[in-house]
Formats: sequence, structure tokens, C-alpha cells
Amino acid sequence: MTAPTTPVAPAAPTDLLHSGTEEELRAAVRALLTDRCDAKTVLARIETGRPHDPALWHTLAAGIGAAGLLVPEKLGGQGASHREAAVVLEELGRSVAPVPYLTSAVLATEILLGCDTPEAAPLLRELASGSTVCVPAVPLTLAPGAPLPAPVREGGAGLLSGTVTSVADAVAADVLLVLADTGLYAVPAASARLTPQVPLDLTRPLATVTLEAAAGTRLADPGTARAAVAGALLSGAGLLASEQLGLAEWCLAETVGHVRGRHQFNRPVGSFQALKHRLARLWLDVAGARAAARAAADALATAAPDAPLTVAVAQAYCSGVAVRAAEECVQLHGGIGMTWEHPAHLYLKRAKADSLALGTASHHRGLVADFAELPAP
Amino acid sequence: MTAITADRLLTRVRDLLAAHPPATTPRTDFLRARYDAGLAWVHYPEGLGGLGAPRSLQAAVDAELEAAGAPDNDPRRIGIGLGMAAPTILAYGTEEQKHRFLRPLWVGEEVWCQLFSEPGAGSDLAALGTRAVRESGSGDWIVDGQKVWTSSAHTARWAILIARTDPALPKHQGITYFLCDMHAPGVEVRPLRQITGEAEFNEVFLTGVRIPDSHRLGAVGQGWAVARTTLMNERVSIGGMRIPREGGMIAPVATAWRERPELRTHALHQRLLELWVEAEVARLTGERLRQQLAAGQPGPEGSGMKLTFARLNQEISGLEVELLGEEGLLYDDWTMRRPEGVDFTGREAGYRYLRAKGNSIEGGTSEILLNIVAERVLGLPPEPRDDKDLAWKDLSR
Ligand SMILES: Cc1cc2nc3c(=O)[nH]c(=O)nc-3n(C[C@H](O)[C@H](O)[C@H](O)COP(=O)(O)OP(=O)(O)OC[C@H]3O[C@@H](n4cnc5c(N)ncnc54)[C@H](O)[C@@H]3O)c2cc1C
Repeated sequence: MTAPTTPVAPAAPTDLLHSGTEEELRAAVRALLTDRCDAKTVLARIETGRPHDPALWHTLAAGIGAAGLLVPEKLGGQGASHREAAVVLEELGRSVAPVPYLTSAVLATEILLGCDTPEAAPLLRELASGSTVCVPAVPLTLAPGAPLPAPVREGGAGLLSGTVTSVADAVAADVLLVLADTGLYAVPAASARLTPQVPLDLTRPLATVTLEAAAGTRLADPGTARAAVAGALLSGAGLLASEQLGLAEWCLAETVGHVRGRHQFNRPVGSFQALKHRLARLWLDVAGARAAARAAADALATAAPDAPLTVAVAQAYCSGVAVRAAEECVQLHGGIGMTWEHPAHLYLKRAKADSLALGTASHHRGLVADFAELPAP
Repeated sequence: MTAITADRLLTRVRDLLAAHPPATTPRTDFLRARYDAGLAWVHYPEGLGGLGAPRSLQAAVDAELEAAGAPDNDPRRIGIGLGMAAPTILAYGTEEQKHRFLRPLWVGEEVWCQLFSEPGAGSDLAALGTRAVRESGSGDWIVDGQKVWTSSAHTARWAILIARTDPALPKHQGITYFLCDMHAPGVEVRPLRQITGEAEFNEVFLTGVRIPDSHRLGAVGQGWAVARTTLMNERVSIGGMRIPREGGMIAPVATAWRERPELRTHALHQRLLELWVEAEVARLTGERLRQQLAAGQPGPEGSGMKLTFARLNQEISGLEVELLGEEGLLYDDWTMRRPEGVDFTGREAGYRYLRAKGNSIEGGTSEILLNIVAERVLGLPPEPRDDKDLAWKDLSR
């Protein structure tokens, strides 16, 4: 037999553990969320139709400094890395927190960092301080490796027109990042028309953004802009795996807790082997998701040459695990799992929406095929 | 003892290589010298092949020796000795037993096998019925019974053996652990041909086998606790290995896919990619476990690795047979042989497919391991059971 050939050389040793500092960051974020973002609170907020909690965002972004983790210190950020941002996302996923972290602190921040222009710097400072929420005006389903759409045109004098659908967290944004035919623009959210859509995942609201000769500040030329957006989509997809991990961990823990306490047939239902084996398998899947998500965060943090492959692996794997965990959570809670009062549905909706966000598992498997040189017929 | 650093270990490696150049030193002599230098398993105590160093330093020693072209001790051939007999002897053996057995075990001069499973006791290992009765004058033990599925019994010089020494006690309490001489009169090994056509494992008949009391491991009646040490080591010995990306069973499938475009279909492509991703995630999970162990924080992931490997090996080798089309209808060799070990890389797809079926049975079935994860990791309630307090002799069989 021929010796195994590895098209993408094995990465330099990846650090797959959480460091002490990362655990401290986790503890701070978790304490905040336990205090201010329990399931009851999230449920109450989404019922008002205004899921975002600006006060919670302010404490997370500015108080803990989570918004500026990816921003260098010279621009007022923490100068940390994707590893730390991933830990924040694990915790946000664990509590399905309705905050614009993925959109503002990851996607928009990465786009601005990718532009690396003098015009982008002041906006980055504001993002890092948590005083401004900025989201990219692209559909949440836009995937790394997919062709970038260009629905927005510049009609002269920096005036932009066009419509973008499914823009996540747009209703919480102060500034929109708009990819137009002539480059990347920062547009005040107030000068766009935002039409909220009814989202499957109520904790990450969507809106249609309509621009009618809206004035924007040009941040980068088309080439730079497109590269910056592509890079941000890669980071976003890689870090989304950590949100999916946190979500799956919550679902598993909650379900185990429930079946231990719930009695039917004069026994805890968790003593039935059919359920024990299902949960043990789910635990194996979650252990895999933890390794895959950590690998993606580490590859992004170290700018590893195989980061695109590692991210594609993490997305191809973690999406399914999060959905399975949430589905098992509903099923093994029985009737309670189908109720609006129990938070299981929030997790199922987030997990399913996350499985479409930034590329589906099958899109990412297609990317794996490219990177690992396993071509389709 | 002062902590041993990686630098000091590497100096010792160089001294060993200088005193016993691998190119001119006979293999066994080199391995003995390596053991005596404490570089066999560095975390073992001094005088027993180690230096009491952190286990994580072993990798650097191995790499340095490999780079110098030093022979290894063929760990695949002596896996049961290294992975199971040795840690149990280290934990429960007398000084005399440790000094008698560990060196030839590690060097590979004496192969070990595991006489645990019986026709009537597999998953429920503690139900075993092989008897060991103490002879009043000599104090020797006389063993009668039958063991089965014993890997390597045909090449083994010694065996770890558990036997019942008190049938009147509940099943876990009346067991004692022995080191059994496979050349002793009354030990009969018969090949047991398996699904692949060859005989890796055997039936072992024990008839009036005499075992001196000095070859008892642990106290009389303590055998189950000793056996648990063996079983725990059996299950963790898998997760610690480092494999490259696209190593293991996925390698031949990926290679066939690249080299033979005529075999490709869209449906197979989807399955291949799913399994490629899962194999990569399993590799990362194993790597994470290794890092946790090196950082001294063993996580529960270890209990899962065997489950994952068993499932993936079976699914991947199944896909490989299908991918090969007409070739998948063929088998490389049905000759009845008695190999020295498992040969996943030297054989073809059909063999891999059939042999992988054993991965979810040997060393604890997947069902039993799922129970262990559910109960010990997730803390789910145990199965209701009524055999714990009954005397072994009163159990239904
Ligand atoms: C290739 C190979 C090599 C081996 N080498 C050795 C060796 O060297 N030494 C040695 O001592 N043994 C060896 N074994 C034996 C192995 O450890 C046993 O086969 C195994 O523990 C299962 O026991 P059993 O075969 O009696 O199956 P059983 O215990 O009879 O199981 C039958 C089925 O029932 C399921 N089952 C049993 N109990 C439960 C339960 N509580 N809940 C749910 N399902 C259950 C099992 O998972 C299995 O599917 C080897 C086996 C194989 C296949």
C-alpha cells in the first residue's frame, strides 16, 4: 500500500486547551450572564420584540472589554486573539445571549482590521470601546469561499442604493458596513431603512436593509474590501463553532440534569439504557466539537497556513452537533421540551439558525474537499 | 528525588547511544541497555526501566532514539504486556515480581497475553468460573477452567490470569489475580479461527495448572480491584497516541479517491467527506486528550476515544470496500495463519473491514463503554441489578 499522503501538511502543534487567562475571562463573562441573562430574562426580552439588551452589551463590551479582544492595543483594544474571543462566544452560546457579539465584535471588527486604512481606525476604536455597534450589511448565510454578492451600487458622490436581506443584528447597529461596487462604506444605521424580518432564531434578529441614496464614508477600495470581507467570514465561521459548542454543552448538561431527576415507571428515566447510550453518544460528539472549535480558534489566532481547512472542519462538524444536542434536549424533556416557557426552544432555534449562518455543513464539507484535495467526481 | 528535566534526559539518551551504537549493537542488547539506563518508560521508577520522570517527557526520548536509528521494542507485538500487564505489575507486584518480569516484558523477550474472558463471562467478566484452589502442603495454586478469545496466547510466554478462589462470596469478592506461566504443564492453547480467516486469538484450556503462590499478584480475594487496574489501562492505552492528519484508516480511502478518479461518485463523495471530517475531529480530540494528560489534568475524554475509533474504523473501512467496486468483491488471503499481531496497514480493504468489526468488541464492547460514559462521566443512574450481593455459586448461568 502506498504511504499516506497528506495534501495539507499537518499543522504545527495546535494548543487545544484553555489557558488560565482564558478561564478567568470565561468566569467573568459567565458570572455576568448568569446574573443578567438567564433564560427567563432572554425569554421576556424576545417577547417584547426588542431582544437586544443595551445595558448587558455595555457591561460585556466595555466593562469586561470583550468587544475589543481582537483589536490591537494601539487602537484601544485588548490585543488578545481569536482564542479569547472564542471563549466569550462559548459563554454567549451557553446562554443564547441576545447581544451583537458575533456581528459587531467579530465580523465587523475583522472587516475593519482587514481594510487597514486610516479611515477604518477611528471606527475600530469605537468598536473596541463598546460605544458603537457596527454590523456588516450582508446576509447571515453568506459563507467563506462563496462568491460575494454586490447588491449595493454607488450612484456618485458616495451615495449608496440597494437592498440586503437577512442582516443579523441590524436593528441594534449604530453603523452598517456596506460592501458596494466601488468599495466598502460605513453608513450610519439611521440613514438606512431597516425592516425587521420574523426570524426563526428570536435571539439574533434579522432585518432587510434598504439604502436609497444613503451617504457613507468610503473605507476601502473594492479589492481590499472584498479580501477583508472574505477574511472576516473565515474568522466568523471559525468562531461560530465556539458558540455552537457552548450551546451544545448547555443542552447536554441540562438534559442530563433533567433525566436524572424525572421519574417514570418508578425509576429515574435517566437509568434507562436507551437514554444513557444516546446521551453518552451526544457527550462524545460534544467532546469532538470542543476539540474542533478549539483547533479553529487556535488556527485563526496563530494565522496557521491550514486555518481555512481547520475552520471548514470545525463548521462541518459543530453545526450538526449543536443541532443534535438541541433536538435531543427537546425530545428528552418530553412535553416540557415543547413548551414556550422552557428555554429548550431558544437553543433549538439558535442551533438551527447557526447551522445556516456563515455556510452550511455541506458548504464547509465542499471546502474540505478543496483543501484536502478530495475532488468531486 | 530531584525533578528530571528534558535536557538531562536527552543527555542520557546521547550517553546510551555513544556506549551502544545502534548500528553495531545487537537489537536485544541495545534494548536491555536502554531499559537499564531508565529510558524505557521514563515515568517508571529507577531500576525498573525508568527515572521517575514526568510521562510527558517520553515523547522526546522516543523521537531522539528514532532519529538515531535505534531499534524499538515492537510495541504492536507486545501491546498486552506494555499496556496492561506492566502497569498492573507495577501497581500491585512485589519488588521481586517487578524485577523478574518488567525487563524481559519491555525488551520483548517475553510476550504476555490476557487470560480474562471465558465462554460464560465476557462483558460480565466478574462472573468468571475458572477455579484456583490452594494446595495445602505446598501452598501452590491449582487452576482448572477455560479461557477464550485470548489474543497472542500462541506467542505468549506469560499471562495475566484471573480465577475464582471463593465461590461462596459474591462474584466480585472471590477473585484472585495470578501471573501464569504459559509453558506450565496443563496449559493448552488452541487456535480459534476468526472472521478474517486467520487466528489472532485462541481458546486456552487450563487443566491442573500449578501456579506458585509467589506468582499471585495482590492479595487473595483482591483480584477484581487488580483487574480493574488492568482494564483501565487497556482503555486509555488507545487515546494517548499521536497520529498525523489523515493518518489511520482514512488514509487508504483518501489515497484511492485521489489516485483512481474512475471510482468516484457523488454519493460516495459525500460520505467520504463526512468521514474525513469525523476522522480529523477524532484526531484533534485525541490530541487534546494528550495535551490534557501532559498538563496533568486528565479529562473524561479518554473513556470516549475507543468508542469513536471503533465506530469510525468500521464506517470508513465499509466505505472503502464499496468505493473499490468490483475489487471490493475480492479478498486478499483466506489462509489460516496465526499472526503475531493485528495488521491494519499491511492488508487490503476487505481485511480491514472484517477486522474492524472486532474494535467494538475487544477490550470492552461499545455498549459497555457507553454505559461507563453514561454512569461515570455523566453521572446517570446505574442499571438496577440484583447480582451484587448473591454468592457467585448461586448466580443463574
Ligand atoms: C479480537 C478480539 C480479541 C480479544 N482478545 C482478548 C484477550 O486477549 N483476552 C481476553 O481476556 N479477552 C479478549 N477478548 C474478549 C473480549 O474482551 C470480549 O469478547 C468482550 O468483553 C465481550 O464479551 P462477550 O464476547 O462475552 O460478549 P457478551 O458479553 O456476551 O455480549 C454480547 C452482546 O451483548 C451486549 N451486552 C452485554 N452486556 C450488556 C449490557 N449490560 N448492556 C448492554 N449490552 C450488553 C454486548 O455489548 C454484546 O453486543 C477479545 C475479543 C475480540 C473480539
